[in-house]
Amino acid sequence: MADKLRMGAVGEADVILAFKAIGAMTIPAVTADEVTQALHRLSRDKVPLIFITEAAARMAPEAISRYEQTPDTAVIPIPGIGGSDGYGTQRVRENVIKAIGADILIKQDRNEE
Amino acid sequence: MAVLQVNPTRMELTQMKRRLVTAKRGHKLLKDKRDELVRRFILLVRENYSLREKVEKLLGYALNDFALARAVMDPGSLRQALMYPARQAAISVGRTNILSVPVPQYTIDEDSLTQGSLPYGMADTSAQLDNAIETMAEVLPSLIHLAEKEKTSSLLADEIQKIRRRVNALEYVMIPQFEDTIRYITMKLEENERGALIRLMKVKDMIEQREANSQLI
Repeated sequence: MADKLRMGAVGEADVILAFKAIGAMTIPAVTADEVTQALHRLSRDKVPLIFITEAAARMAPEAISRYEQTPDTAVIPIPGIGGSDGYGTQRVRENVIKAIGADILIKQDRNEE
Repeated sequence: MAVLQVNPTRMELTQMKRRLVTAKRGHKLLKDKRDELVRRFILLVRENYSLREKVEKLLGYALNDFALARAVMDPGSLRQALMYPARQAAISVGRTNILSVPVPQYTIDEDSLTQGSLPYGMADTSAQLDNAIETMAEVLPSLIHLAEKEKTSSLLADEIQKIRRRVNALEYVMIPQFEDTIRYITMKLEENERGALIRLMKVKDMIEQREANSQLI
């Protein structure tokens, strides 16, 4: 399976413009319904990698969790114009808690400090 | 004591013993698998975490560049310039598996990044836009790398959770149940044996008594 596939981007128009410039399929979405529809549409079009802005991701947690366990579609949160609001790192932490039962990344932060 | 609903027969006992051996073997294998998955997951998630911090910073720069380009250009011509994407970044998706957990592997199509020319005219566009696209193209490989790590760790986390539940179910439910059932059947069989023995002894006593009585007469 080595087909060349395009990436997708969903979120505020300002942010996804950057992804449009590098050839991603972009769908602007600012409401929960729009985000959900955009994700489903891209996944139906067999887009393997969808970047979603953190603000948009917060709006449609159900749609995102639907694609969490399939290896075919990856939904990756990216920071918006104002920088990251911590949603992406929070998701990484949630994974750690799910797998191990405790947040081991907190320790890593403290060690770095 | 949790005993399964079984008939206390020798056949059931053999079957239970066989199931207990299988359960113990399965438990050991799953536990080993879980330990190895957790080890790999920890390495992966640490990498994922630091990569995310790095990418978020880089992407912030790229987005700032775009904001700058938008500020100096008129929105119409910006849209027009980007109507045809400046870079055709395509990715190919492969599959690999980590201890039989299928995870995706993304590779960027090489020539999509090395295209040097920009598809829009110089007249209506600003130099900031060229810069912004350049920065974005530089961030892209790390972004794809992050996506791969993040997806992998999310899939692994889910698998670890499933395996942990299975291990616990085997350790705290199935195996004790089998052991208790085996004990129950063994005790029941022993009891039956003792009962049979006593009955025989009694019968023997009765026969002896009868014979003694008949001899007397």
